[in-house]
Amino acid sequence: MSENNGVNGNITFRTEGLTKDYVTGETVVQALRGVTLEIPKGDMVVLLGPSGSGKSTFLNIIGGLDSPTSGEVYFKKDKLSDYSEQQLTRFRRHNVGFVFQSYNLVPSLTAYENVALVTDIALDPIPPMEALKAVNLENRARHFPSQLSGGEQQRVAIARALAKRPEVLLCDEPTGALDSETGIVVLKALQEVNKNYGTTTIIITHNAAIADMADRVIYFGDGQVVDVKVNKNPVGPEEISW
Amino acid sequence: MIEALNKKLMRDLWRIKGQMLAIILVMACGISTFIMSFGVIDSLKLSQDVYYDRYQFADVFAQLQRAPQGIKQQVMDIPGVSAVEMRVVFGVTIQVDGMDEPATGKLISLPDGRTPLLNNLYLRRGRMLYPDEDGAILSSEAFADAHGFALGDRISMVINGHRQALKIVGIVLSPEYVYSLGPGALFPDDKRFGTFWMSQRSLEAAVDMDGAFNDISIRMDRGGNQENIKQELDIILKPYGGLISYGRDEQMSNWFVQNEMDQLRVMGYFAPVIFLCVAAFLVNVVMTRQVATQREQIGMLKAVGYTNGEISLHYLKMVLMVVVVGSILGVGTGVWLGAGMTNMYTQFFHFPILQFSFSAEVMIFSVLFCTVSAVIGTLTAIRAAAKLPPAEAMRPESPTHFRRTFLERMGLEKYFSHLFRIVIRHVERRPVRTLFSTVGIGLSMSILIFAFFMEDSINYMLEVQFDMAQREDISLGFVEPRSINALEEIRLLPGVLKVEPVRSVAVFLKFGHYAKRSSIMGLAPEPDLHRILDRDLRAARIPEQGLALSSKLAEVLHVKKGDILTVEVLEDRRPTLKIRVAEIVEEFIGLSAFMNIDQLNQHLNEGAVITGAFVMVDPLWNGPLFQKIKDIPAIASMNILKKAREIFRDIIGENILKMVAMNIIFASLISFGVIYNTARIALSERGRELASLRVLGLTRGEVAYILFGEMTIIILMAIPVGLGIGYLMVLGMAQSMDTELFRIPVIVDKDTYGLSVIIVIVSSVLSFYLVWRQVENIDLVSAQKGVE
Ligand SMILES: Nc1ncnc2c1ncn2[C@@H]1O[C@H](COP(=O)(O)OP(=O)(O)OP(=O)(O)O)[C@@H](O)[C@H]1O
Ligand SMILES: [Mg+2]
Repeated sequence: MSENNGVNGNITFRTEGLTKDYVTGETVVQALRGVTLEIPKGDMVVLLGPSGSGKSTFLNIIGGLDSPTSGEVYFKKDKLSDYSEQQLTRFRRHNVGFVFQSYNLVPSLTAYENVALVTDIALDPIPPMEALKAVNLENRARHFPSQLSGGEQQRVAIARALAKRPEVLLCDEPTGALDSETGIVVLKALQEVNKNYGTTTIIITHNAAIADMADRVIYFGDGQVVDVKVNKNPVGPEEISW
Repeated sequence: MIEALNKKLMRDLWRIKGQMLAIILVMACGISTFIMSFGVIDSLKLSQDVYYDRYQFADVFAQLQRAPQGIKQQVMDIPGVSAVEMRVVFGVTIQVDGMDEPATGKLISLPDGRTPLLNNLYLRRGRMLYPDEDGAILSSEAFADAHGFALGDRISMVINGHRQALKIVGIVLSPEYVYSLGPGALFPDDKRFGTFWMSQRSLEAAVDMDGAFNDISIRMDRGGNQENIKQELDIILKPYGGLISYGRDEQMSNWFVQNEMDQLRVMGYFAPVIFLCVAAFLVNVVMTRQVATQREQIGMLKAVGYTNGEISLHYLKMVLMVVVVGSILGVGTGVWLGAGMTNMYTQFFHFPILQFSFSAEVMIFSVLFCTVSAVIGTLTAIRAAAKLPPAEAMRPESPTHFRRTFLERMGLEKYFSHLFRIVIRHVERRPVRTLFSTVGIGLSMSILIFAFFMEDSINYMLEVQFDMAQREDISLGFVEPRSINALEEIRLLPGVLKVEPVRSVAVFLKFGHYAKRSSIMGLAPEPDLHRILDRDLRAARIPEQGLALSSKLAEVLHVKKGDILTVEVLEDRRPTLKIRVAEIVEEFIGLSAFMNIDQLNQHLNEGAVITGAFVMVDPLWNGPLFQKIKDIPAIASMNILKKAREIFRDIIGENILKMVAMNIIFASLISFGVIYNTARIALSERGRELASLRVLGLTRGEVAYILFGEMTIIILMAIPVGLGIGYLMVLGMAQSMDTELFRIPVIVDKDTYGLSVIIVIVSSVLSFYLVWRQVENIDLVSAQKGVE
């Protein structure tokens, strides 16, 4: 599965024996216990697994938000697990778009400004308004987060993530708080970005049905990869049964 | 570039504007006091330097009895001497219409037909004297203005026993009399003492000093050795009754100006440092809170690729905005206060021009100091957040760990209500912040104590000086020593109730290698009017044998009771005596030595002579008495003690009042800044908790109890701290004001403590009120969501 040592130009992420321990006082939680995986370029990947199985931990580590206890992470040819704090920052700044489970918008900025927050520091961004258009929110651009519904906030978060034209888009339960209709809107936006820009997209979800739209489905269980399924014919989000 | 982030900045700032405003005010206090003090010092220094330089202020001065002008060459030959000016200086009494008591003056000769080489005059109005001009004088501006004299007016003076009416042709200023104090006076009194200049030839004729002089000034070469020049000058002048020569450092006017600047310098550092440290602390508290509430936002910013530098800069900018506003306000206020203070100095210091100006360095330094302290306050607040890995930062902070407090562990638990437990656990949870808040409020209180102390101690000093020591109504000085019989003549003057003799002699006191110019005052054995006070401020007897030294003089000479002093008498035959120190006495003003009058006369080998008298007067007879005294040519000076005290009250008292007012405002701002911010932060940290308690059914009052209980405990702790620091500041101030001229007694009235506490409490109540209005507005729904 991993003899190519990262030389294969079609692999975006590759991890080997990834572990993560959280130490709180006396107890040690092994959030990840040896994850070895490859994620090809341009794929739409869905991560499934029970609560506490380590999905978020995994996503945070490959996104450069956290560092593993042991094991290796490669982003294309580079060994991410050896990156310095500065290199990680640059990696996040230019290569990764995040959509967080809890939106994480700045309450004192409008939807437009929240997107601009990211385009301000990106190399080749999409104008904020266009990014908002991509998630059908152009008419709420001047609203503050407190004036938006949960789904709208989540879409602003997606607009913010894709506005920098990232190589990878990492989404932690982007539809978790949404009703099915809004969920579809959000997923559609993600799929479009994946298709149009060839952005490698990884989505964590609890909704197994969403797996139908993925190129590849990775099952987590107890800090390990339990199974990987490759989907030959992914469907559009509107065809998913919720 | 980072426009969105800047918008966030402005909106966040606006949200905590109350707290930022409090910080701005404290910063402005720091910067303005700094600019005021150093601006005034700079202005005085500049005026002084320019004045001394342009008007050839001399370097070495000496007075003597009488010497022929022919010795000039001898003085010129002293190595290092570049210019010499010899003058006649003569004390006069002046009659001013409408003023009962006589004024005194100094009449100084001006060379005929040339400009003086040294101590040149600045002509304010009118003209200089013509060569050999008779019947004309130049008057010091202060005296002329105090009496409303105009050019062409005549002043009636008694010169050497002869009355003359002299015409004022010019109004002038002299670098020698920037600060001008009459003989025997404690405070400048421009109405009763003036300086005048007259043609040398005319003055010589009027006082029988043809071809002679009694005052000499010298300018040194660049490389001149002042000590050397003084020594050689003293040798030359000794046969002519020369008093010990002195440099600028002992020149009265210069000494006062210098001393004032030194004191300003101490104050100039003291207050601003306190203000700016408090500001830095407030910045730290507010920013720590800001970072804590925005912890998740910081995590997100890091996650999307903002660097630690960019994030730190974001918060720094927030503080820098505050610094900018605080600086502008501070510089503006500083200039305004500085101009006011400079204006006040023009009442005491007579410079041709004294205008407030401040150098760019002063401004840059104060703003920089403010910036640096604020930046340090911010960075320590941000550091923790910057270190946090983004994944962790985005998780809400885990509930704070509380434990039973010290008091509870002590077993006092059963006495505490549940609400009170919440209160003291919060106080104990953040010991550093509690400590700083306590110290911050304490400092503001100490500034108040300090301000009131100045008033207390000056009042006390006056009381001691005038009610206990100098109890005479008037003191008279004779032109030259007279027989003790003169006392009887004075006793017969109208309205005189009591007379006491004084024999004053100029001396040079030496002990080991310490030396000091002073005078010995010979007094009656048990004086009742002009008394000396022991260490406990009780009237003391004049020792039968030996000297009584004021404690400061003893300190300067490093002598103690029982030591033998070398006394060089600077008059007549100028004997050198050895006299034992019999007593150390207390004195707040001046550097005096006292002795039994008979013993002093014995030492001097003179008969029973006196040089003046202390007189108690029936106030009803003031008018006729003063009228009479004006006509006695033998009396050279007369000081009315009550007038001196009034003048002091009027001028100094008013200025002190202004300073006290300023300090009260500043101290109130600080205590308000600290208390408001601490209460506001407590509200922000516990808004959710308090809202939950309200949801559970607690009343607003109970919620306020929790919120303000913490503050009240801090304020109660701050009061003793403030009293302690205040007392230390007072001691420090007394130390720095302990000069040869004045000693400030460390006296703090109970009222001072009380008033300081009251002001702190008033600003607490105001802060509580402002925060209370926000408690009333807690929206129970959004507080639950954690939206601030
Ligand atoms: N900061 C932390 N400190 C201690 N334990 C942690 C920490 N973060 C995560 N864990 C633990 O690590 C394990 C994996 O957590 P992770 O968030 O990756 O799970 P997850 O698969 O994303 O679950 P969910 O679907 O509920 O989001 C869990 O048992 C969790 O309790
Ligand atoms: Mg998760």
